[in-house]
Amino acid sequence: MLHFLIIAPLIMAILAPILFKKIKGVHTGWFILVVPLFIFIYLLSLVSTVIHKPLFLQLNWMPSLGINFDLYVDGLSMLFGLLITGIGSLVVFYSIYYLHKTEKLGHFYVYLLMFMTAMLGVVFSDNLFVFYMFWEFTSLSSFLLIGFWNHREKSRYGAQKSMLITVFGGLSMLAGLVWMSIVVGTNSIRGLIQHADVIIQSDYFLPILLLVLLGAFTKSAQFPFHTWLPDAMEAPTPVSAYLHSATMVKAGIYLVARLSILFSGTDEFFLIVSGFGLLTLCWGSYNAVKHTDLKGILAYSTISQLGMIMAMLGFGTGVAVFAAIFHILNHATFKGSLFMVAGIVDHETGTRDIRRLGGLFTLMPITATLAIFGVFSMAGIPLPILNGFLSKEMFFDAAVDLRLESGSIYQMVAPFFPVIAVIGSIFTFVYSMILYFQTFTGELKLSKLERKPHDPPLGMLLSPFVLVVLIIVIALFPGPFNHYLLTPAVAAVMGSEVPHTKIYFWHGFFNAPLFMSLIVLFTGTLLYFTRSKWVHVYDRFPGSWSMNKAYDSIVGGIFKGSATLTNTYMTGSLRNYFRIIIGFIAILGLYTIYITTGFKFDQVTNSALAIPELIIALTMMIAAISIIFISNRIAAILALGVVGYGLSLLFVFFSAPDLALTQLSVETVSVALFLLCFYHLPKLKPEKDTSGSKLINIIVSVAFGLMITFIGIASHSSKWFESISDYFLKYSYKLGGGDNVVNVILVDMRGLDTMLEICVLGIAALGILAMIKYSRKGDVE
Amino acid sequence: MDQIMNSILHWSIVISLVIVSISILLLLYRTIKGPTNPDRAIALDSIGISLIALAALVAIKLNTTFFNEVILLIGILAFIGTIAVAKFIEKGVIIEHDRDKS
Repeated sequence: MLHFLIIAPLIMAILAPILFKKIKGVHTGWFILVVPLFIFIYLLSLVSTVIHKPLFLQLNWMPSLGINFDLYVDGLSMLFGLLITGIGSLVVFYSIYYLHKTEKLGHFYVYLLMFMTAMLGVVFSDNLFVFYMFWEFTSLSSFLLIGFWNHREKSRYGAQKSMLITVFGGLSMLAGLVWMSIVVGTNSIRGLIQHADVIIQSDYFLPILLLVLLGAFTKSAQFPFHTWLPDAMEAPTPVSAYLHSATMVKAGIYLVARLSILFSGTDEFFLIVSGFGLLTLCWGSYNAVKHTDLKGILAYSTISQLGMIMAMLGFGTGVAVFAAIFHILNHATFKGSLFMVAGIVDHETGTRDIRRLGGLFTLMPITATLAIFGVFSMAGIPLPILNGFLSKEMFFDAAVDLRLESGSIYQMVAPFFPVIAVIGSIFTFVYSMILYFQTFTGELKLSKLERKPHDPPLGMLLSPFVLVVLIIVIALFPGPFNHYLLTPAVAAVMGSEVPHTKIYFWHGFFNAPLFMSLIVLFTGTLLYFTRSKWVHVYDRFPGSWSMNKAYDSIVGGIFKGSATLTNTYMTGSLRNYFRIIIGFIAILGLYTIYITTGFKFDQVTNSALAIPELIIALTMMIAAISIIFISNRIAAILALGVVGYGLSLLFVFFSAPDLALTQLSVETVSVALFLLCFYHLPKLKPEKDTSGSKLINIIVSVAFGLMITFIGIASHSSKWFESISDYFLKYSYKLGGGDNVVNVILVDMRGLDTMLEICVLGIAALGILAMIKYSRKGDVE
Repeated sequence: MDQIMNSILHWSIVISLVIVSISILLLLYRTIKGPTNPDRAIALDSIGISLIALAALVAIKLNTTFFNEVILLIGILAFIGTIAVAKFIEKGVIIEHDRDKS
């Protein structure tokens, strides 16, 4: 059943364009809505089973390669599955009101459903390679969704950027996965987890870890790969809400969580994941403050929140993992609602620029109220109705508790991590406040807006409303969520039964987390009100250097560099290519002879040299060498003729009459042919080469000649097998019925070669005919 | 007596071979040096004739009749080749088209 449900969105994707074309009256989204809703309900029905015993469903796909569509449903994948389908349903519902029927809805829902299948496949797959397949499928569908309005240049740029970065990471991850599966000998993720010690103790642990983490970091927009996420905001807002806050960017988080049993406990994993997580947290929240676009702020906010989750997964302690899982849920709720609110504001005012917005509270009271919950939950304001506060408090708790862990590495970083966490949270607070108060309070600038804004239709508000309700419900009654979703998920990440962690709102006085929250609150408020004083630090840092620029220069550099590289050898000059080809063959040949000591000079098999042969050979040599220096073409052709005749004479000396005959005729015909087309040939020009170029030519040709000579001598000197010519001599008359052994070989023993040679001649003749006809036609026209 | 005859035959063939080879070498000098193309054409023609002589001598030396065809062929080809070169030198083309004349 679950197999079918994972594929169900794809099947629906086939139907979507038909529905869009045939049924004009109803918004296509209504039909689509059924699919995620149904999967969501089905998954809910599984929850109570899964908390006791994870499900494992098998389906053979390519059993001979060990690639099977196996599904594994435990707490972690269940949590993600519910997020994907739940928020998916809300997003589809929201998109019904957000996207007008004149948009290319057929395309939109196909991409969205593709993405849903891909994401469900990622979280439920047990097989590494099926997992990878779905992983790339998310990249592809995300690419299509970001570029949905493909007539805009920025959409195309953003889509390309996200594609390049995530596929880069995906391919690295594939390498890591392959490596892991080779080291352990299984393709199953559960199988890997059972053999965690094999991976940790293998020599390849570090490269595997780095490659896999590269995949996770690029997907989850961790520093320095976060740069694609803000550009992905060119997508329609439902897409941003769904992919770039709630689901796809958490695929990397899912991967790290899923594999953290394998890696956690090692210093490398702890340092890399929590280090980059905290860096991303600070960098994202710091950069979010300077943005003026609502979705830009939200994108950087997503980056920083993802960094926070990643950091907590890196800590690897029980409370940290719990907080991470909890925050995944919380972030999906409040960030989804915030994106939808941003979409509403954009929809109603025609702009997302906070410099043009302000005072919308009076005109859009419902939207503004919904936004309050999302924003304050994101900022972690200590109110009992905001889930963001709960998980943030646990984050501080986890950061402070690091000092209790044994291990020198933990002791070393324990004093710094809480500080970094607080700094990141302060900026989170500041941009959250900017996001809310700049948009909904202050002076109303109606003149800068396209139309007078008012609350949107109820349907558009419903999705963010549901999410806001969830924010409050999770905050007020965390118990059931904890029991059904979080604890099983944490158990799946930690790999063991975990003690039931209780979620408190109130930790009591005089404890570090509360103290840290208060610091965040006060410093954040202070910074918010004085921001006009310090906002110019952004001109200094990061100023003009950003990851965006780095990306642009890398991509541009690759283009430019490869163009330069290609131009160095693709000069269009045949002589140059010849030099390269011949030169390389010569180098390879001589080098091979040198390293294999294959050169052998054996005089035993040589026969005596006769004077006439010597003189003929000398003649040929002189003629051949003189060709190089002759500047008159007829003379060169005639000298070439001398070489050919000399060769036929050598055939005579070595008693090969048939060869001599053929060589003579071919030589004569060639000379005649040369003369025939002589009229059309240009005058032989004296070479205008520089002496350096000439030197290269000489070196290359001498090296090539030497190589051929060495190979000839060496192969003549080492005979490893009896020649089969005795057989031919013996059986030529008996089997072929002919005395002329050469001819018997040509037409009897190896007639196939002869037939194909005839073909070659025929093709050449036809080719010449065609070329002559063609060129004559060209002349006439 | 036979032996003496054979030995005389052998040595005369070897000497002839060397002489003809040297003449080819000298003809080569004419082919390369020129000074005019007709000189070269004649030199090449003479090389062809010398080849006939060489082939015949080798045939006697190897005591075989298989090279007789080679000798005939060289005769024909040398003739055709020389004609072709001569015509080329005279008219610039080898095969004239009827259309070209008009």
